[in-house]
Amino acid sequence: MMIQLLAQTTPQPPDAGASAVLFYLFAILAGASALGVVLSRNIVRTAVFLLFTLTAVAGLYFLLDAEFLAAVQLVVYAGGTLVLIIFGVMLTSKSPGIRYEPKIGEVAVAIGVSVVSAVALVMAIVRQFPANSASVERHPTIADLGQTLLGDYLIPFELISVLLLVVMIGAAYLAKARRREGRP
Amino acid sequence: MESWWFGALGIAPTLLMRVIYSLLLIAVVFLPLVSVIAMFSIWWERKVAGHMQSRLGPNRVGPIGILQSIADGVKLILKEDLVPRSADSWLFRLAPYLAFAPVFAAFLALPFGPEFTFEPRLSAGLFWVLAILSVEVMGVILAGWASNNKWSLFGAMREAGQMVSYEIPLGIAILVGVMSAGTLNLVELGYIQGGGLHTWLIFQNPFTFLAFFCYFIASLASNKRAPFDLPESESELVAGFHTEYSGLRFSFFFFAEYAAMFIVGGIQAALFLGGWNDPFGLIGYYHHKWTADPNGVHATGLIALNAIAAAVFVLKALGIMFVQMWLRWTLPRPRIDQVLYVCIKVLLPLACVILLGGALWELFVPRRPGLPWVDYSPWRFGDYGQHHAMGTLVTQLVLSLVGVGLFVSLLGWVVFAAISGRNIKRRLTDPAPIVM
Repeated sequence: MMIQLLAQTTPQPPDAGASAVLFYLFAILAGASALGVVLSRNIVRTAVFLLFTLTAVAGLYFLLDAEFLAAVQLVVYAGGTLVLIIFGVMLTSKSPGIRYEPKIGEVAVAIGVSVVSAVALVMAIVRQFPANSASVERHPTIADLGQTLLGDYLIPFELISVLLLVVMIGAAYLAKARRREGRP
Repeated sequence: MESWWFGALGIAPTLLMRVIYSLLLIAVVFLPLVSVIAMFSIWWERKVAGHMQSRLGPNRVGPIGILQSIADGVKLILKEDLVPRSADSWLFRLAPYLAFAPVFAAFLALPFGPEFTFEPRLSAGLFWVLAILSVEVMGVILAGWASNNKWSLFGAMREAGQMVSYEIPLGIAILVGVMSAGTLNLVELGYIQGGGLHTWLIFQNPFTFLAFFCYFIASLASNKRAPFDLPESESELVAGFHTEYSGLRFSFFFFAEYAAMFIVGGIQAALFLGGWNDPFGLIGYYHHKWTADPNGVHATGLIALNAIAAAVFVLKALGIMFVQMWLRWTLPRPRIDQVLYVCIKVLLPLACVILLGGALWELFVPRRPGLPWVDYSPWRFGDYGQHHAMGTLVTQLVLSLVGVGLFVSLLGWVVFAAISGRNIKRRLTDPAPIVM
């Protein structure tokens, strides 16, 4: 009996109760740390709150069986972009006590942008929700993703990689040009 | 597994019970496993270091000093938990957990045996481990930054630069193996390599063989092991990013480092060295034999098989860890610019060439389709010709011979050193009486 259960490698149906608990856990974590990102005045702490938000969203992807997306989220944003942000802060500022004071105009612009995007998101969710919520079939596989990216969407995929290459060459050129100016 | 426990104990699988079950699993199985592995490796590293430097290493607490890590753990727990006055105390306290938690989570995917994995359904398991390990660097950077100390900061900056650059050759080297296997699931990788030595991915083609070494070098750097231990180089930075840490928080960094060593070694074993399989494919053979018929599953045999498989896997991972330790106590430390030069101008182009070669090999060299034992018998060499896979077989056999030769010579070296080191040990412990 036990060994049959042990030997079971086929995917089991997702469990609604445990998934719900984890969903609310991740959702609360994502929301609370997003608030932390907005309200914190210390830029490194902001980055740490952003790390928590991104990790919680990766957890939500995980609950949706989108493991590949979750791992990409972690490796690109949490392990890559955030490290670069903190790296930049470390190179430019002098002490951890640095504080960021936003101006009134900036606050107004930020509130305006967030209200607009919140309205757009809520409208999108309300419009999409009844149609697609139950009928989505979940594939816990990355093979389809690979086939799609390198099959149907090959041209856009390659174009994006060329764009990234151009960006890299540009960054290297700029860095080199500045060094030549600085060191006569 | 979970439902079996609930059935055996007669508890209704309510939500609360399931949450309690998950927490118990973490507290009783997962955390002790990670801790025991980390504590054992810390003791072992000290022992290896001692013997390599003609010392004895820890030898007072327990037989051959094996309880030393527990004594140190008690000491570290009892120590005062200091936070420097000028540090950012919230980040300072948070950083050790951020360094430890990802390593802990990565254990989820390690394949200890065919049925003995915490989460076998991870279809992107290998990528998941890589991704979660890349988060570990955040803890180190924050520790260095929050300490508000120039040495810590230097250590953290080195760590960030090193980690971000060495992740690229590491990922590419893994990609070569994954391309040959066609899966990212660590359990499936075990099944694919179940047919004995020549089906292991390292011996699949010359490019996976090179990728193995490329991965090893890059993993040393991403684990901040010597010769790439610039983030904590004690000769210039005191102790690098954890200079200001004391007590339990300090020990978290050490646990994270040694657990990450085990994970990196385990991934290398699972991807290249056949995972839980023995060199003759016996585990794969018996596993297929005992599970082929769903009604006649050989239960006790499978349990024993999984135990043996786990032992083989752990042995392989520990073997790779031993090589890491060996290198640490042998090689001098280069400068940080040299470390980055090696990564970006040597290792990265090399990895790209290997990737290209591996891709071309997969395209043009025909191979045996299917899984070993399930679809074909891997040790019946005559059958390979019918599938036009003779070239693959010859490559695999030649590479296997090279690999076995390399392994035997390394092992012989270690055994020779251990035997000749005995004399030194005796001399150190029992000094000869001074003749007047």
